[in-house]
Amino acid sequence: MIDFWILLTGALVASCCGILGAFLVLRKMAMIGDAISHSVLPGIVIAFMISGSRDSFAMLLGASLLGLVTVFLIQMFKQSGVQADASIGVVFTALFAVGVVLVSLNARQVDLDLDCVLYGEIAYVHWNTWSMSGVDLGPKAVWLLGFTLLVILAVLGLFYKQFKLCAFDPALAAALGIPVALFHYLLMGLVSMATVSSFESVGAILVVGLLIIPASTAYLLTDRLGRMIALSAGIGVLSTVIGYGAAVVLDASIAGCMVCAAALLFVLAFLFSPKHGLVARAARRRRLSRQQLGA
Amino acid sequence: MIERLASLFTDPNTQWILFGCMLLGLCSGVVGCFSYLRKQSLMGDTLAHAALPGICIAFMLTGTKSMLLFLIGAGISGVIATFGIGWITRYSRIKSDAAMGIILSSFFGIGIVLLTQIQHSNYGNQSGLDKFLFGQAASMIGSDVWTMMIVCGILLFVCALLFKELKLFSFDPGFARGLGYPTAVLDQLLMFFIVIAVVVGIQAVGVVLVAALLITPAVSARYWTDRLGVMVVLAGIFGAVSGALGTLLSSMVQNLPTGPLSVLSATAVFCLSVLCGPRRGVLSKYYQTARMKRRIQTDNSGQSQSIKEGAAS
Repeated sequence: MIDFWILLTGALVASCCGILGAFLVLRKMAMIGDAISHSVLPGIVIAFMISGSRDSFAMLLGASLLGLVTVFLIQMFKQSGVQADASIGVVFTALFAVGVVLVSLNARQVDLDLDCVLYGEIAYVHWNTWSMSGVDLGPKAVWLLGFTLLVILAVLGLFYKQFKLCAFDPALAAALGIPVALFHYLLMGLVSMATVSSFESVGAILVVGLLIIPASTAYLLTDRLGRMIALSAGIGVLSTVIGYGAAVVLDASIAGCMVCAAALLFVLAFLFSPKHGLVARAARRRRLSRQQLGA
Repeated sequence: MIERLASLFTDPNTQWILFGCMLLGLCSGVVGCFSYLRKQSLMGDTLAHAALPGICIAFMLTGTKSMLLFLIGAGISGVIATFGIGWITRYSRIKSDAAMGIILSSFFGIGIVLLTQIQHSNYGNQSGLDKFLFGQAASMIGSDVWTMMIVCGILLFVCALLFKELKLFSFDPGFARGLGYPTAVLDQLLMFFIVIAVVVGIQAVGVVLVAALLITPAVSARYWTDRLGVMVVLAGIFGAVSGALGTLLSSMVQNLPTGPLSVLSATAVFCLSVLCGPRRGVLSKYYQTARMKRRIQTDNSGQSQSIKEGAAS
């Protein structure tokens, strides 16, 4: 049963991150995902200090808000002339530092551990269960992640066309009258939500791995957005399963193994993808040169 | 208060830490300038994360915590990481930002797996290795600072020696190649500088935040000047000042880690630069706009005056 809950949590994290990661990779905003996953830390700590509990929707709200603030600040500095990636670097490191200082200042009151912020504690999800009127309803993390996944699916399902156009051609989308900035912030809000819900189970830095790596793998395997999203989520789930197995065998960090498994799958796709892989390209080139010689 | 400050400055332990943090800020500020101009600021972040497996492997192989070994391990894994990013962007359609994200998170994942392996197995003397994630400046001792001093001295010396080449390479790599400069070597050299700055910073600031010291002072310095020489010196000074401020603040308040405070000091310097920088700063821009508006208004009124006069005559 413990395995089941851990795998279910991992699968939910992977699907939330995989779906959103596809858009991040397409819009060349992978590092913004990284920035958000770091800078939600002060939001989590502040929400925790105000609400006093560790798993409330207040935390989700506070951290999502901070994710939006991050994106806003990055945009602001970029417009004032700082290079894009430098403004990302300045903003997220500053916010992360604020978070670390807040955690250390309130080390006694706050039941947040910096190690857990980094690695997450997916092995402990089944201890923190949610019971309503005496009935055990399963781990809270699963409920939170399930809710996040539902929100993501609902928003993306409603505005799929708009998101798709914004991902590929923001200029055309703006010309057609789609509020590109609104969808940008909506996507970023969803990313921060996914980051926060995944935070406890896989930690701040490995969330990035699950956001970017499966989506990039899927990007190498297909040319259609719908298929890419599905593949990305699927690859994410597969890497959590492989990663958990490896972690049990090696007795190592579960979240670390999951990201390693995702990286392994990426390397496989990088080499053997039918259309964009190294092997396929080399074969195509050889066939072409042979054709040229024959003709 | 003043007594306490004075006692801080006379305490040899604090002196080492203060000196180490300033050195770190200086070095990473100088290196950060070049990576900022090459639009590779986040490379520092990526290489900082990618250094973790190298450090863990260096520890597992030797069982000792020496700065030099960590430098070698982190250097090797940093070079592998840069090659990895190069391969991914060259041989597939994945863009450089996603490639950086992939390398960053997968190397960090490997690092965390190795770290848990180290914790679960019987390595002696392993306590404190996890301190590398957030850094612990207080654990710095004289010999560490000596190593830092030698490494930073070499780094700064090489920077000064190759300043002309690095300058041309940062602004116009195509032209540099046309002149016959070994651009691939310069590229790797800059990467290696970043790795050195990261490894020097890991003990004090930690893997996660060391990128800030590479990025923030350089961006702040950019607000004050248009000349690379001035910018490098300014970034070094800003970095050193942030390191010193961080150390002093953390030694005055209980429970506050040095690394994040240094980063916050650097951010404060950055905010100040954004506000007060000449020509690019917010205040100066506001002043310029106001002056321009006034000039246009006087011009307009002058024009309408002359038109009126012309109509009258």
